[in-house]
Amino acid sequence: MIERYTFHERICHWLTGLTYCYCLATGLAFYTPYLFWLALALGGGPTSRFWHPLTGLVFFGGAIWMHGIWRADMTITGADREWLNKSGDYATNHDDAVPPQGRFNAGQKIFYWAMFYGALLLVLSGLVLWFPEYVPVGFRWVRGIAILLHESAALITIGAFIIHVYMGVFMVPGSVRAIVNGSVTADWARAHHRLWFDRITGK
Amino acid sequence: MANGPLEIKAISGHAGTVPGRDTSRDYALAKLIDVTTCIGCKACEVACLEWNGYPFRETEFNDTYQTMPDLAWNYYNLITFNEHVNEDGTLQWLMRKHGCMHCADPGCLRACPSDGAIVQYANGIVDFQQDNCIGCQYCVTGCPFNIPRFNPETKKVHKCTLCSDRVGAGLEPACVKACPTGCLHFGSKEDMKDLAEKRSLQVRAHTSHKNAGVYDPQGVGGTHVMYVLHDIDQPEKYGGLPKDPHVPLSVRIWKGPLKWLGNLAMIGGVLGVAIHYVRFGPKGDKHGGTP
Repeated sequence: MIERYTFHERICHWLTGLTYCYCLATGLAFYTPYLFWLALALGGGPTSRFWHPLTGLVFFGGAIWMHGIWRADMTITGADREWLNKSGDYATNHDDAVPPQGRFNAGQKIFYWAMFYGALLLVLSGLVLWFPEYVPVGFRWVRGIAILLHESAALITIGAFIIHVYMGVFMVPGSVRAIVNGSVTADWARAHHRLWFDRITGK
Repeated sequence: MANGPLEIKAISGHAGTVPGRDTSRDYALAKLIDVTTCIGCKACEVACLEWNGYPFRETEFNDTYQTMPDLAWNYYNLITFNEHVNEDGTLQWLMRKHGCMHCADPGCLRACPSDGAIVQYANGIVDFQQDNCIGCQYCVTGCPFNIPRFNPETKKVHKCTLCSDRVGAGLEPACVKACPTGCLHFGSKEDMKDLAEKRSLQVRAHTSHKNAGVYDPQGVGGTHVMYVLHDIDQPEKYGGLPKDPHVPLSVRIWKGPLKWLGNLAMIGGVLGVAIHYVRFGPKGDKHGGTP
């Protein structure tokens, strides 16, 4: 077995993941009347309204921590452009045609940056929605813009989140164990992240 | 006037139909504020506080006859005092009863995400139901008149109810009852429009205010609180009454195209990955391809 994610990486992942899910559920409740029952299921509208921004701050803190851990790994390189050219083959499971990858492939990196900038936009616009009474009356348009930004950024992260969960849970078996227990098999590492496997095993 | 529970026309953040809509023939009501006969006595402010059971608040003395600098969560109704210098050098002392306009197309209700926190009755009254309010203050962003006020202690938003509790019992609003000059009128929207037109005609004919007119802005579908103004072309001089109010564009985009785009994207995303799984299935370990 090979260590794929360290203990700190896994804690950081689940801190951001779980806080994101709470904000997603309560946020969807505020987004549409057809999902307002989510807020009721989570303790009621006022309770959800109280915890949503606070949990969002924890999520943002986690994202900053994660940035410190993974920023270097997530830099887009020339190899990523090759992967992107072959992303159609990757999506249709013709993986033999896809060039070997380092620790993260370009899809994972794009997901990371979508989430990182999404979190940044969400926290900035969210602060305006949280404390609207501090926005002067002459700047009321800022509040309207903040609502649009908050919702747009949320929708982008939701799109990324759907693909992320699908990839991790369904499409690439072994990923869940990697992010929960931290370990993957040598076969898994060789198949999905050949360059990383070669580097850490010294081949 | 309805005597009994008020029939509901629209509910904020509500999935599905409005129960009991169009089951009775409640007619539209309106309050008419004839600014030209207001003497600024503030009896309406006192009556409003007394009826709603709020205490008098401390005020600020800043060289004005205005009671409070602004509306507050427990101060729904404020006479604004503005000294306006006309182009010919004459001075006008403008007093206007400031509060919720009860729009036919209420931006607050459109923006509200909480089921039943804002309701619009068939008679036109827009009412906040604090029991259902979650304190998000989206209504404040949605309101083109900057009316709703947040109580930070209870995390609930308040505004003028047009005395829906009195109106439901067949009474006129408390402010109208208290007005000593007859500047405030209450009745069916049709009658009030008629009265407003007649009064502004009278003002135009018998005074120097040749621009007198009725303020019933159509940008928000008309309002159930209307004004007769000396100068309909310059509502701004009455303490910032907007000339052509609309529900903010950002709120209309947010609750319109962006909502549909988002719904499609989210449902499409979930369906897309499900179909992908059925079509291509999971990746294998050996070569990364299908096992």
